[in-house]
Amino acid sequence: MSNLIEPAKLTKKDFETDQDVRWCPGCGDYSILANVQRVMPELGIPRERIVWVSGIGCSSRFPYYMNTYGFHTIHGRAPAFAMGIKVANPELSVWIATGDGDGLSIGGNQLMHCLRRNLDVKILLFNNRIYGLTKGQYSPTSELGKVTKSTPFGSADQPIDPASFALGANATFVARSIDTEAAHLSDVLRRAARHSGAAFTEIYQNCNVFNDGAFDSFRERDVKAERQLRVEHGKPLVFGAQRDKGLRLDPKTLTLEVVRVGEGGVPESEVLVHDETNQTLAYMLARMPYPEYPVALGVLYAVERPTYDGVLRTQKAEALARSGAPDLARLLRGNAAWEI
Amino acid sequence: MTSPALVPSSPTEQTVIPSAVVRFAGDSGDGMQVTGDQFTVAAALAKNDLATFPDFPAEIRAPAGTTYGVSGFQIHFASDNVYTPGDAPDVLVAMNPAALKTNLRDLKRGGLLIVNSGAFNAANLKKAGYETNPLEDGSLENYSLLSIDITKNTQNAVKDTGLSNKEANRCKNFWTLGLMFWIYGRPLEPTLKWIEQKYGKRPELVQANTAALKAGHAYGETAEIFQRKRYEVPPAPVEPGVYRNINGNTATALGLVAASRIANRELVLGAYPITPASDVLHELSKYKHFGITTIQAEDEIAAVCAAIGASYAGNLGVTSTSGPGMALKTEAIGLAVAVELPLVVIDIQRGGPSTGLPTKTEQADLLQAVYGRNSEAPVCVVAAATPGDCFYMAIEAVRLAVKYMTPVILLTDGYLANGAEPWKVPNPSDLPKIELRFRTDPNGFHPFLRDETTLARPWAIPGTPGLEHRIGGLEKDYDSGHISYAPENHERMCRVRAAKVAGIARDIPEQTIEVGSERGKLLVLGWGSTYGAIREAVQRCRARGLDVSHAHVRYINPFPRNLGELLRRFDRVLVPELNLGQLVKLIRSEYLVPAESLPKVQGKPFKVEELEDAIRRLLES
Repeated sequence: MSNLIEPAKLTKKDFETDQDVRWCPGCGDYSILANVQRVMPELGIPRERIVWVSGIGCSSRFPYYMNTYGFHTIHGRAPAFAMGIKVANPELSVWIATGDGDGLSIGGNQLMHCLRRNLDVKILLFNNRIYGLTKGQYSPTSELGKVTKSTPFGSADQPIDPASFALGANATFVARSIDTEAAHLSDVLRRAARHSGAAFTEIYQNCNVFNDGAFDSFRERDVKAERQLRVEHGKPLVFGAQRDKGLRLDPKTLTLEVVRVGEGGVPESEVLVHDETNQTLAYMLARMPYPEYPVALGVLYAVERPTYDGVLRTQKAEALARSGAPDLARLLRGNAAWEI
Repeated sequence: MTSPALVPSSPTEQTVIPSAVVRFAGDSGDGMQVTGDQFTVAAALAKNDLATFPDFPAEIRAPAGTTYGVSGFQIHFASDNVYTPGDAPDVLVAMNPAALKTNLRDLKRGGLLIVNSGAFNAANLKKAGYETNPLEDGSLENYSLLSIDITKNTQNAVKDTGLSNKEANRCKNFWTLGLMFWIYGRPLEPTLKWIEQKYGKRPELVQANTAALKAGHAYGETAEIFQRKRYEVPPAPVEPGVYRNINGNTATALGLVAASRIANRELVLGAYPITPASDVLHELSKYKHFGITTIQAEDEIAAVCAAIGASYAGNLGVTSTSGPGMALKTEAIGLAVAVELPLVVIDIQRGGPSTGLPTKTEQADLLQAVYGRNSEAPVCVVAAATPGDCFYMAIEAVRLAVKYMTPVILLTDGYLANGAEPWKVPNPSDLPKIELRFRTDPNGFHPFLRDETTLARPWAIPGTPGLEHRIGGLEKDYDSGHISYAPENHERMCRVRAAKVAGIARDIPEQTIEVGSERGKLLVLGWGSTYGAIREAVQRCRARGLDVSHAHVRYINPFPRNLGELLRRFDRVLVPELNLGQLVKLIRSEYLVPAESLPKVQGKPFKVEELEDAIRRLLES
């Protein structure tokens, strides 16, 4: 594929469409869109080779605002459309925009199978923990007891954590970021774009109309250093404005514990070092209870595995090598024909 | 049709008969399908025309000896044209009491009944619900009964091969086949060769099945009782050419491969396993070297969505399923209507509603195919008439889908899917042409710019520089393709989508009369798998001097452009269907003709006799 990549001369402007963006003013989707439009030109992929696929929901309007090929499909099924697209033309760079309702409620099955197949697509799941387009019902990521229009007495469902769902589905790339953290989000998107296989990125995204401030407790400037853990491969898992807190494994309970690092605490050598190829660690990081633990952000997990589309391509080439050029007349005749 | 058992013959010669219907019935583990297949090959090699139909239970391995575990295979072979697998068997082979219990009522009076008496023990009789042994209580006196201990004869035949008793018993079907080959004067060699190929890795099985086949054949030769029961069905007058036996599912799959070759475009099948459609997936999955990709999706929805995705990216997107799967695909088919992408949906109908009768046939998804989507969502609907016709209709479905940028639903059913007939193998250069046009010119492009003749929008596939665009399920502006909620625009778009599909009528053949005159007292109008039975019934009625004709629609939405005019040339129109009257509703609402319904929903095809009776009743009333 690399020989086909043109010199990257595109700019953010090239990825903007002439359509009015119809998200509510103040929606976190704007910053995600701007971020994606900034990162896309860096990838060196010609616009005509990029396809954005989406389902239904606020996040799924995304393709209309990207000046690439785009397909706004039906609720929850974007990964299945993407599968057909990628299998039909492996040269395409296929991106999926989905949300917590589209991807984890109605489309949970499609997302799960896309991840386990390791289809070579990039999935951005905008998690605002609410249904926006249908005007404010709780979503599968809403906290237990969430009071909404459809749950005046509080929701009775346990929420699901998207990153641990992805890990459970055997995803090969799982990352997390926040709509407002532009630099961090750009870094994660670049990593996702480079990943060969299904790259799953959960983006905490504020819905200022129906669930405003859902992530403020770890997103706001004054608290984020203490409440966010930015993971980086090969670096110790420390956080805090003074880098004085870290994660240590309690070998007796096989759980993570937050420890003080340095003076008056444990030496940094006792703090876990992030290994993004360690699925168990990724799972523990994804599922840390909040607010007792910080929220892990960054590339939690990344490994290489054959892609679904790649295996199909190989099988096709092997079949061709084995059987020779296709002969329709012979095929139609079959093995037991007779002549009259 | 002649009942062989009633035909007297000299003791030494084979009696020449024009046709025969034979049914093999046994436990699902008794190998009846293999027996039937081999018997079919023998009939085909003897140049008989033929039609077959297997009838198997929904359970994979139902408990042995039960009535719901009975598997059957019927073949009709003749020295003349054959249009159906036959109403009633002339010969029934029943391998156990349950097979006798469930199949006897179909056997012609006086028909030859071959029974494995070795399986008629107390336990099996009880499982089949017999209070007394029918072989002994005189209840079979209306039939020509041959009661043979096939179990014991088979055990004796294979005892030197060292097989366990259980394995030896599994050779019973070849012993039976050997006997049937003797009765109809068929050579053993093709089956011996097949056994060699099939069981080559286990020489003891080759030896045992060979011994069983030969022993069954020898039994016929030596046993006194058979001296009067040998028959010959002479070759049928068929057009010269290369023939093969083909069932509807194989024909459908091959039609798709052919369409892909003709169009010079790769094909992606998205499918989820479902009876009786899975064989299309199995068959197509073998043809990767033909550029065919099969995706066994996680569910029916993903299967159709993947097919649409493949179409969007410029491949031929196809999905195959049966009724319950159709229900699940509905929303996605609606999207394909809205975004106007080619899509071929193959619905191999089965008995419903819900899970219904998964292994039995029905034609009750017609209205679902034509109307079963939210809002105004017209699609093209075509239906195959015979197993071999599935091949041509699959090609036609692809042709129309890509030319008109529309979903096309191809209806077949369980009867066509599993039923087989000899099929004249076409020369690829004689097949219809499929031209694909992809938009590449960015000048003046928008995704819903229509071709003036076909009203189809351009197929502009990702990877084409300068044509980057967005499509989706939201309504589009007629003139720009952008999202539009404008009221008048919506109506205009609904109308143009409908006009586009209706316009296909200009591109399909006019309706013809299959059998009979162009006008008259009665037209029998059929669709789908009822073709053979209707044709045969109408022919027989005409032979008796009745004024009746047969027309069979293969295009249902839109109907052929002359259909209304054709219907009005007849005093009455009768519409037999394997549902409670669906095509008849479409015909009446479209043409305001008083078409009459002849419904049947028993999971079984029409018998020729049933149709003959109906035609006679109608013309005599």
